[in-house]
Amino acid sequence: MSKINFLKPDKSNLYTYLYLGSFLFFISILDVFLNSFFKLNLTGFLPNFLSFLLPLILGFIGLYFIRIEYSGINKLDLLNKHINTNNFNAILSLLIIFVIIKSIPPLLSWFVIDASFAGDSKDVCSGSGACWTYIKVWIRRFMYGMYPNAEQWRINLSFVALMLLGSVGYFATDKFKKYLTLYYVVIYPLIAFLFIFFFISGGPVFFDFSYGIIAAILSIIIGFFIPSRFKFYYFLIVPLALYIILKYFLFFDEYIELGKLDGLNWVETGAWGGLSLTFIISFFCLIFCFPIGMAFALGRRSSFPLIRYISIGFIEFWRGVPLITVLFMSAVMFPMFLPADFFIDKLVRCIIAISLFEAAYVAEVIRGGLQALPRGQYEAAKSLGMGYWRMHIFVILPQALKLVIPGIANTFLALVKDTPLIFVVGLLEIVGMLNLAKTNPKWLGFAMEGYVFAAIIFWIICYAMSKYSYNLEQKYKTDR
Amino acid sequence: MNFKLKDIVPQLITVLAVIFIFGFFTYNAQINMENRGIDFGYGFLSQESSFDVQFSLIEYDGSHSYFRAYLVGLLNTILVSVIGIIIATILGVIVGVARLSPNYLINKFAAFYVEFFRNIPLLLQIFFWYFAALRALPLPQNAEAIFGVFFLTIKGLYVPAFIWQNLSIFLYSIIAAVLAIVIIRIHAKKVQENQGKQIPVFYISLGLLFILPLLSFFIGGVSLSFEVPVLKQLATTSFIYEGGVSLPPELIALTLSLSLYTATFIAECVRAGIQGVSKGQKEAAASIGLTPNQVLKLVIMPQALRIIIPPTTNQYLNLTKNSSLAAAIAYPDLVLVFAGTALMQTGKAIEIVSITMFTYLTLSISISILMNWYNKRIAIQEK
Repeated sequence: MSKINFLKPDKSNLYTYLYLGSFLFFISILDVFLNSFFKLNLTGFLPNFLSFLLPLILGFIGLYFIRIEYSGINKLDLLNKHINTNNFNAILSLLIIFVIIKSIPPLLSWFVIDASFAGDSKDVCSGSGACWTYIKVWIRRFMYGMYPNAEQWRINLSFVALMLLGSVGYFATDKFKKYLTLYYVVIYPLIAFLFIFFFISGGPVFFDFSYGIIAAILSIIIGFFIPSRFKFYYFLIVPLALYIILKYFLFFDEYIELGKLDGLNWVETGAWGGLSLTFIISFFCLIFCFPIGMAFALGRRSSFPLIRYISIGFIEFWRGVPLITVLFMSAVMFPMFLPADFFIDKLVRCIIAISLFEAAYVAEVIRGGLQALPRGQYEAAKSLGMGYWRMHIFVILPQALKLVIPGIANTFLALVKDTPLIFVVGLLEIVGMLNLAKTNPKWLGFAMEGYVFAAIIFWIICYAMSKYSYNLEQKYKTDR
Repeated sequence: MNFKLKDIVPQLITVLAVIFIFGFFTYNAQINMENRGIDFGYGFLSQESSFDVQFSLIEYDGSHSYFRAYLVGLLNTILVSVIGIIIATILGVIVGVARLSPNYLINKFAAFYVEFFRNIPLLLQIFFWYFAALRALPLPQNAEAIFGVFFLTIKGLYVPAFIWQNLSIFLYSIIAAVLAIVIIRIHAKKVQENQGKQIPVFYISLGLLFILPLLSFFIGGVSLSFEVPVLKQLATTSFIYEGGVSLPPELIALTLSLSLYTATFIAECVRAGIQGVSKGQKEAAASIGLTPNQVLKLVIMPQALRIIIPPTTNQYLNLTKNSSLAAAIAYPDLVLVFAGTALMQTGKAIEIVSITMFTYLTLSISISILMNWYNKRIAIQEK
C-alpha cells in the first residue's frame, strides 16, 4: 500500500479517501440534522464559534477527499460533477444543504405540527404555529367578497360552466377545429359576458355597458355580409352608430330592468370581491386588451403617418405611467370627463382602465412579433394580390402571434398580478379582503396566515399559467 | 402630386375620432367643473400646504408650499427607486449567474428563488413584509444591537449617522482619484497600442481609489465620527432611539419587496444574455490565446451586455413605476403625498393627477430615449 498524501487525493487509494470523506461528510450532515430536528448539540463542548463552524469544516474536508476525477464509480462521479466541482462550489453546496435542513423544522412546525385547524373561534389558536382556523372561518369572504352567502352558488355555477365551455377546444374533433378561433374570439366571450351579466350580477349593473356589447356583437354579425372593401369604414362607423341608436332611441328608461332575471336577486358590484373578482377582472381585461393591443400594434406599423403617431402616443403614454395612477385617474378624474348624468359602474371603469393599460403592453409585444417576420412574407402575400387586411389576417398575424406567445403570456401574468391594485378604487379582491379581515377586532394578529394563504393561491395560478404558456410555445414552435 | 383618397380618408377619420373624444372630454370637464364651482389652474402649487409628511429628505413642514410637498414626494420616490435598483441589480446578477452554474444545488436554488418571487403579486409581497414580517420585530426597548450599532426594531432600522469634518476635501480627493484613473486608462491604452505592453490598470486604479481618500484623512484634516443611536425613554412604556439615522419600516418593506421582486426579472435577463453568446465565441477567443479573464472581459461581456442591458433598463423602469405601490403602506412617495393627501385637500383632481402622470411619463421617456441612444451606440454595425 502506497503512502497516503492527504492533501492530494488520487485514485490509487480510492477507497481510503472515499470512506474517510463520506464519513466526514456524513458526520457534518448528521450534526446539523440533530441540531435542527432534535435541538441536540453534539459539539457543545467546543467554543461557541468553532462549534458553529465545525459542520462546515468537516463537510468541506470530506468533500475535498472524495473529489477524485474519473474514479470509475458512477454515483461518485455524478456527485462530483454536480455539486463538488471545486472548493468554492463545495462550500456553497454545503451551505445550501445546511440551510435546507435548518429551515425544515421551523417551517414544518409553523405550517402543520403546531398549527391549529379545528374549531371556529380565535380561542383555539393559542399555539406557536399558524392559525388555519382563521382562513377556514373567513374563506367565503376571501373567495367571494361581500357577495351574499346564499347567492354564492351563482358564482360557482358560472365559473364551472365557463370552464367547461372553455375546454371545448380539447375535445373538438377535426371537423370543428376550424371554427375554434371564431368560437373563442366571439362566441365564448359573449357567453361569458351573458353569464356574468345576467347570472352573477342579476341586476342592471352593466347597463350602459351592455348597449356597447350588444352593438359590437350586432355589428360583427352584420359585418360578415359586408364586402371586404368597405369593412374598414363599416367598422369605424357602424358600431358607434348602433350604440347611439340603442342607447338614445330604442331602449328607453322603462327597459332599465334589462339585466333582470326572474327569481335572482340583484347583487351590486360593490359587494363583489375576493378571488372570484380577481378572475372576473383578469378575464375581461384579457378579452378586451388583446384586440385593442393588436389594433395599436398594427397602427404603429401603419404606413399612414398620422395613425402611426397616434398609436405611438397611445402606447408610450400608457407604458410610461404606473397602473396605480391610471386607476386613480379612473376613480377621480374620469367621472369629470363624462356628462353629469352618465354613470359608469366602478368595476366597469376599473376594467376599462386596466384593459387600456395592458393593451399598450400587448401592442408592444405583438409589434415585436410583426417586426421579427422577414420582409419576404409581406412581399409574397402582396404578390398574391392580397390587400392589407387579407394579408394580415391570413399570413402575417398567424405567424406573428405564434412568435409572441411567451410575451403575451407574460403580459397576462402581469395582468393577474396587477389585479390587487384595484383597492385604489375601493374594490376588494382577495388581498383587499385580507387587509379588511386583518383589522377585524375579533381576529387581530393573523396577518401572516392570510398573506401566506393568498401567496400560495397566487403562486399556483401564476406558476400554472407560465408552465402552460411554455407548453403552448413548444407546441406551436414551427421550424422557420 | 400623388394624391389618393384611399390614403387620406382613414387618417382623417382617425384624427377626427381622436379630436372628437378629446373635445367631448374637455367639454364635459368644463361643464362639470362649472357645476361644482371648481376653477382650473395650477396656482395652488404656491399655496401653503398645511399637512405634514412623516419622512422627508428635504426640510418640510405644513408651512411650505404644495410644490415643495410635490418635491418631497418625488425625492422619496427616487430614493426608493435608486436603493431598489442597486440591490436588485446586485442580487439579480448573482442569481442570474447562479442559474447557469454547473452546481446542481446552486442552480436549483436560484431557479427556486426566481420562480417563487416572480409568481407572487408585488403588492402582496409588500403587504407581507410590512404587515406580517416587520411587525414581528421587537419593540425598541427589547431590540438587540447588530454589531453593537444597528438596531432593528418594529419602528424601523436605526443606523449610526456619519459626522464629517471637512467633507468637501474628502469629496475632492475622490474626484481627483477618478480623474487620475481616467488619465491612466487612456495612457495605458496608448502604451498597449504603440508598444504592446500591458499596464495593470485595475490594481493601480484600486490603489488610487483607496490611497487618495486615505491621504485626505491624514493630511487634509478630514475626520469621521459616528453618532450611534441611543435608547431614550419617553414615558413608562414608550421608548425611542435618539441620534443616528432612522429608516422607517415602510421604506425597508418597500425596498426589500421591490428589489426581491425585480431581481428575479433581472436574473432572467442576465441568464438570457450570457446564454445568448454563442459557445463558439468563447472557444475562438480561447484558441487565439486569451486568458480566461480576457475572454470574459473582451469577448463575452461586451456581447452579453448588448443583450442584457435593454431588458434590464426596462426592469429599472418597472421598478420605478412599481414604487408607486408605496401608497398602499403609507410610505410618503409621489402618489401618496401628492395624488393622495394634496388631492384630498385641494380637490383639484385633473391638475394633480395630470402632474403625477406627467412626472412618471417624463421619467420613463427620458430613460427610454437614453436607452435608445445607448442601444444604437453599441449595436453591431452591419455593412
